Amino acid sequence: MDGFMLLAFIFIVAGVIAVPIASRLGLGSVLGYLLAGIAISPLLAALNVDVISLQHFAEFGVVMMLFLVGLELEPKMLWEMRHRLLGLGGLQVGGTTVLVMGCAMILGQPWTIAMAIGLVFALSSTAIVLQTLNERGLMKGDGGQASFSVLLFQDIAVIPMLALIPLLAVPELMDSAADIAHGTDGGHADTSHSTNNHGTEDDHSDAGHGPTGPAWIETLPGYLRALVTIAAVGFVIVAGSLLTRPIFRFVAMAKLRELFTATALMMVIGIALLMSLVGLSPALGTFLAGVVLANSEFRHELESDIDPFRGLLLGLFFMTVGAGINFGLLFGHFGTVVGLTLGLMMLKALVLLALARAFKVQGADKWIFGLGLAQAGEFGFVLLSFTVANDVIPKSVADVLLLVVALSMLLTPALFILYDRVIVPRYSDAEPRDPDEIEESGKVIIAGHGRFGGIVNRILLGAGYSTVVLDHQFDQLDRLRAFGMKIHYGDATRPDLLHAAGIEEASILVVAIDDREQINELVRYVTHNYPHIHVVARAVDRHHVYELYAAGARDIIRDTFDSSLRAGRSALEALGVHNYEAERMVRGFERQDRRALVDLANLYDPDVPVHENKDYIARAQELRAEEEAVMSGHGNSFGGRYQRGWEPPTLQDLEAEIAESQDAETT
Amino acid sequence: MANVIVYYAHPGHRHSHANRAMQREAQKVTGITMVDLYADYPRFEIDPDKEQQRLLDHDIIVFQFPLFWYSTPSLLKEWQDLVLEHGFAFGHGGDKLVGKSLMLAVTAAGPKDAYTPDGYQNHQMREFLVPMEQTATLCKMHFLPPYVLYGSLRVESDGFLSHAKGFAQVLAALRDDVLTPSSPKVPFLTAETLTLQKEA
Repeated sequence: MDGFMLLAFIFIVAGVIAVPIASRLGLGSVLGYLLAGIAISPLLAALNVDVISLQHFAEFGVVMMLFLVGLELEPKMLWEMRHRLLGLGGLQVGGTTVLVMGCAMILGQPWTIAMAIGLVFALSSTAIVLQTLNERGLMKGDGGQASFSVLLFQDIAVIPMLALIPLLAVPELMDSAADIAHGTDGGHADTSHSTNNHGTEDDHSDAGHGPTGPAWIETLPGYLRALVTIAAVGFVIVAGSLLTRPIFRFVAMAKLRELFTATALMMVIGIALLMSLVGLSPALGTFLAGVVLANSEFRHELESDIDPFRGLLLGLFFMTVGAGINFGLLFGHFGTVVGLTLGLMMLKALVLLALARAFKVQGADKWIFGLGLAQAGEFGFVLLSFTVANDVIPKSVADVLLLVVALSMLLTPALFILYDRVIVPRYSDAEPRDPDEIEESGKVIIAGHGRFGGIVNRILLGAGYSTVVLDHQFDQLDRLRAFGMKIHYGDATRPDLLHAAGIEEASILVVAIDDREQINELVRYVTHNYPHIHVVARAVDRHHVYELYAAGARDIIRDTFDSSLRAGRSALEALGVHNYEAERMVRGFERQDRRALVDLANLYDPDVPVHENKDYIARAQELRAEEEAVMSGHGNSFGGRYQRGWEPPTLQDLEAEIAESQDAETT
Repeated sequence: MANVIVYYAHPGHRHSHANRAMQREAQKVTGITMVDLYADYPRFEIDPDKEQQRLLDHDIIVFQFPLFWYSTPSLLKEWQDLVLEHGFAFGHGGDKLVGKSLMLAVTAAGPKDAYTPDGYQNHQMREFLVPMEQTATLCKMHFLPPYVLYGSLRVESDGFLSHAKGFAQVLAALRDDVLTPSSPKVPFLTAETLTLQKEA
């Protein structure tokens, strides 16, 4: 326990210190984590920590990230991506594999080893690239979308690669690998990481996203394996769409916030386990589950629940990459490793730039695509250990290749900086190109979809605006689903959920929840943290208006005021008052009431109860007197001012007018 | 028999003497349609489709209103803006009102002698009504002689009544085809023209 706490503390401290500094320097969080990992590597060595098994654990962050990516991607969008996914992704993996293989053969490797190297290096780092693209808001751009297509294809391609690699086995390597043949991925740790705890024999295959397939599935005949695989994927899709709602409904009975988090984790981990069990990539499985749930009302809830875990695990993952660099070996073969790394990155970049050209990814997007994916990825670690275990690549070669993978990942943030400093300025003013698609501009978030928020939502939707609606009542959700409305489950007063709903990009927040205290809390939080957002706040009564004003809201709507006005107008009409006159009277009343509200707002003190506020009481009594004067037919009534325009001049006025004009004629 | 519709527009209905009396008397005329525009549309949300259908259903359209600043009250102007659409009332395909008639029943606060070149209004009443006349012309409608009450604030109470009763007679004559677009060649309709017409 103490050991675990110490380890956790070391990693957290390193991250907490390094990442803000790196972000401040404009290096991005990924490089911050990598540097933090390098910084603590001597300490980890001294503590005898198994960095690699930690890394496999942390790779679960990638699984979570793909789940979140899936949540953002509706099935329709995925279908629209299919050409790029297969075309760009397929050509990238195929082209890079062939070219790397050729280079390796030129450098004197037999074709089997060369081909394995080609496969390993064809993959890029999903973790680094997606994290960086998200951080910079480049995901939705053309370059980001192209990058994502390739990464997704690579993720899928790992599965056939794992099937292909054992076929490349070279018998001469058998003896060197004999002692680690039972493990699938713990092998390379023996020599490449002198710092590792050699004793670990955990099977990590279910944690990472590069599964090797458990033994039982290997024993099945081919058609059964295929059947099991399809059944598993089908199960994820069907269960995702059918079971989620009842599960969340069941969990909601406990009315405990943390239970939702637990449920979300349960889903992600469960899917990952199932996928590993049938020999599929857990990342792919959770990605699929994410896509299935992208249209569901739980999307934002799941997003906000999983996101912190994803962030922490990915951070840990990047640190282990930094900490895993074997500096002894690096300095021993410095020229070779650096040369291979730079050569590999250039080669990958060239393939990507050529593809960008062929697929019409243009301008700065071309470069983000070409430079961003030029590294080898975390799949590489998994595949390399797998190749060693399967006697495909000799250990000595694999160790150097591991360094190349790690170093290329370490260099990636530098390429992003190059992109920022050199590429972007070149394209910023020149180059006429299609403007990026504005996604959900002027986004409106509606908190609460009851009788109040529901009307607001219908008006906005009817006017063609897109809204994000949050509500946390199940019966409400059910009713609306029957009408085909799209709303999300979740408590809008939670900052993380607001974040997941996209409060950063929103321009308007409509606060339509019922509870007075929750309204205040939400308004206070949003006006304080996102001053650019226009908040339309619902006030439950007169004094609540003052509270909301103090909380920072400036657009405050009393929830029953307008309907009361209409009821009053209906009553006047029923009493025989002319419709237009009734309308004008009610408008006059409304004006007078608003004026009184503002009047009293200046005297209202949230810290003093109204009945003890002397000034407030005095002014309220004055206003009451004015109203009474109205009722008894004199004073500045709300009915009087508006009517004046239609009142004819009195006969006295007319006499005076005629007298004046006669005076003017006689003089 | 002609189908007659009266559009009455007065935002200060309660304060009006002449127009209220006119509306009251007009309501006694059977077989015509009376519309109180300010009661139908107190929030100015005029329904053009409904109004156009009303126009199609009638042959003679009467606007009854007080003259405000040499024009109609604002809601009646809004009504014209929205209902007399291009393609309906005028322009390409705008032939739906061809051959129908428009008549104005106007009350003015100024005395009759004010509406002369020498009076303080400097112009004849018909000159102030030219925009409405041209509206009818553009829609290929007949513009009937207006029925006007001058000095509407000063008329003695029986004066209101006789003007209002005269209005009802005009409406009945229009309904019964006694008054037709071609028959009275006079600048204004009065009780006399009505009697002459009936005798003829």
